[in-house]
Amino acid sequence: MDVQEFLKMGGYAGYVWSAYGLTALVLLWNWWAARRCETNEQLSARRRSSVD
Amino acid sequence: MWLWIHKFGSPPHAYRLLGKLAPWFGWSALALIVGATYWGLVEAPRDYQQGDAFRILYVHAPSAWMSMFTYVVMAVAAGIGMIWRIKLAHAAAAACAPIGASFTFLALATGSIWGKPMWGTWWVWDARLTSELILLFLYLGYMALRSSFDDPQRADRASAVLALVGVINVPIIHYSVEWWTTLHQPASVTKLDKPSIAMEMLYPLFLMMLGFQLYFGWAISRRLRGEILRRERNARWLQESR
Repeated sequence: MDVQEFLKMGGYAGYVWSAYGLTALVLLWNWWAARRCETNEQLSARRRSSVD
Repeated sequence: MWLWIHKFGSPPHAYRLLGKLAPWFGWSALALIVGATYWGLVEAPRDYQQGDAFRILYVHAPSAWMSMFTYVVMAVAAGIGMIWRIKLAHAAAAACAPIGASFTFLALATGSIWGKPMWGTWWVWDARLTSELILLFLYLGYMALRSSFDDPQRADRASAVLALVGVINVPIIHYSVEWWTTLHQPASVTKLDKPSIAMEMLYPLFLMMLGFQLYFGWAISRRLRGEILRRERNARWLQESR
């Protein structure tokens, strides 16, 4: 496979790669946000129980 | 059955179960999404009309599907929470909203990126695009409504009404391409007769959809665990577990 050709995406490189890039960003954001949602609550639950 | 619902509806049980399930969802989602991306970008043949731009389909259609799927899950969870007063169901509905909003945003954005080379415009106010935009506003409205209450129980009830009323938009999105003349193409996969897309183009799409579905499973597990901890902050099981 020709890498140059592949990257060009038949002349649609800007559209195809920006769509895939954006998808990767949104999936990564979700991953980060969901993790943060869980770990923040775990931390504050731990903090509360150590204060008690 | 009732026993099972009761068991699952109990926060400590759900918390532990979701913690066990999440890694399975996560790793299988990662494997499927990576595999489908490779298949869709490299192996799938070029479309004879749309050229390589059609490959945007592999991220656009799954995110559009997930935007509607997540809303239905959210509305069903909100309905269960309203009728049977199960707090865990309200928590699940609340956990759905940000995930669904992000998928809706992604569907709109990738659709727009596809629209530019194919239709010659980033955006038109046709029925499909407009109803999908309304879906985004429903998610955002749901989250704004929730955050406007200090009391979680009042937030649950008010937002559940919004989620249930808004679900009417989901069939409108799906059938918009049949009911109205739209620039958006009609369904080519979710039809009762044979799909009008070549099988070798379809397999990576199915793979990606499954991957997104599992990814949703992972994200909802993590978020729901967070929600449970927040709501159960004074519960005894939480204090006994350490």
